[in-house]
Amino acid sequence: MATLHTRSLARLMMAPSVAMLFLWMAVPLGMTLYFSFIRYNLLIPGPRSFVGFSNYYYFVTDPAFVAALVNTLVIIGGTLLITVIGGILLALLLDQPIFGQGIVRLLVISPFFVLPTVAALVWKNMMMNPVYGVFAQIARSLGLAPLDWFASVPLLSITLIVAWQWLPFATLILLTALQSLSEEQREAAEMDGARRFSIFFYIILPHLARAITVVILIETIFLLTVFAEILVTTNGGPGVATTNIAFLVYAQALLQFDVAGASAGGIIAVILANIVAVFLMRMIGRNLEA
Amino acid sequence: MARAIPTRRRWLLSLLAWAVGLIIFFPILWTVLTSFKTEGEAIAAPPHILFFHWTLENYAEVQQRSNYIEHVTNSVVIALGSTLLALLIGVPAAWAAAFAPTRRTKDLLMWMLSTKMMPPVGVLVPIYLLFRDWGLLDTLTGLTVLMMLVNLPIVVWMLYTYFREIPADILEAARMDGARLFNEIVHVLAPMAAPGIASTMLLNIILAWNEAFWTLNLTAAKAAPLSAFIASYSSPEGLFWAKLSAASTMAIAPILILGWFSQRQLVRGLTFGAVK
Repeated sequence: MATLHTRSLARLMMAPSVAMLFLWMAVPLGMTLYFSFIRYNLLIPGPRSFVGFSNYYYFVTDPAFVAALVNTLVIIGGTLLITVIGGILLALLLDQPIFGQGIVRLLVISPFFVLPTVAALVWKNMMMNPVYGVFAQIARSLGLAPLDWFASVPLLSITLIVAWQWLPFATLILLTALQSLSEEQREAAEMDGARRFSIFFYIILPHLARAITVVILIETIFLLTVFAEILVTTNGGPGVATTNIAFLVYAQALLQFDVAGASAGGIIAVILANIVAVFLMRMIGRNLEA
Repeated sequence: MARAIPTRRRWLLSLLAWAVGLIIFFPILWTVLTSFKTEGEAIAAPPHILFFHWTLENYAEVQQRSNYIEHVTNSVVIALGSTLLALLIGVPAAWAAAFAPTRRTKDLLMWMLSTKMMPPVGVLVPIYLLFRDWGLLDTLTGLTVLMMLVNLPIVVWMLYTYFREIPADILEAARMDGARLFNEIVHVLAPMAAPGIASTMLLNIILAWNEAFWTLNLTAAKAAPLSAFIASYSSPEGLFWAKLSAASTMAIAPILILGWFSQRQLVRGLTFGAVK
């Protein structure tokens, strides 16, 4: 089908994209890798000698690293739990023949389009402020003591904000998948006298399995580098209570000017992301052939 | 076919769905309402929900104090500029992948996608140092090009999935008639793929507008788009909720409305065809 002529043309047209992405990824990543093996601090002049794995050693043995790793996992885990379960429930609800379905759908997906910095500041101030925030006012009107969110449960607060931003994504994808479930299949099960409970667990949930996996993988990749929400609310604190890997690398590089240490951290983040990416890529690749 | 369900159940489900929808939307609604209050009313307890003295003073003050328009302009330049650049480079690549595939096309596409899986902190240090050495820190040029690179894989992929649905015979017929490749793309492919190209643009603009890792790290006062400008409200200087709300409302309104039109494209663009 494709002649020799078009094939060489095609190569020519593919070239700019490939070249640019190669420069964008390979070159900086190579530099990060190089920096991670030498002595390099912007504040300490001196020869940039090769130091082997000692940058990795210092980064990994820093107590802040373990805390950051745990915090990263808590943010990812908590957000996934809320968005996947909430997303399934919301998708089921929105799939029903409700009045004003289109408008409810718009309301539900809106948080996804809010700037991360806006979402974080609005939640921190107007929702979670211990005195004037909406939550505090609701708590007081119910006769409860208001919670000082960012002082007593800072990591949970950030997780909630991030979950609010990602819930629409999960809902939208699960709803799309749900709507491709054939009505006949469901009706047949109903005819056979299947209860609503078993229809959900034996027909709907298996049908959604693929979409749920995609949601988990894509969210994990993005959530590994939650950054803006932390920067504008807690700046990683108190202490390192809300510092995740991404924030730790940022602090090491741009606040402490430790280029080498930050680079080692960056490489560790890349390795973590790749573990997830391998599974995601395999799923997408399989779909490409179908 | 919608199933027939009892009216009472339909009303109950609708009520539940609306309640949940409004709760999820509430922070946005509250921000918009607060932007029309005075600073005093913004923190009133119990809060005044609708019956307060509506004012536009916050909007005026945000502009006066911080030259808001400049940040809006920065956001628009970065979002539109990076999107157009990405289309310019991405359309030919997607054409090649869809209409002249070779044995390596699939691997190339997967490789492009893999660059999107790279966490930005992995290249933060070298990019920051390169930007500093090349004088690109806090410039619109630097950020526009960077944002183009960040979103290029999504652009190529989305365009590819749209192009693949166009029958290749039509393009070949045009080629038989002696149309040159440039004409083939501009006059035959582009009109047929117009809806796909439009959705790709839309999603890309939204993603570029809302990007907040690189903008926070690579801009300061001059080239800061809205995402970085709003972050400057994080340092508490007295009570500023009404002004924060006014600035936020203006920053999210245009993209929220664009977003409402892009629901379906969102699924396609962000799952790379893994969910249909």
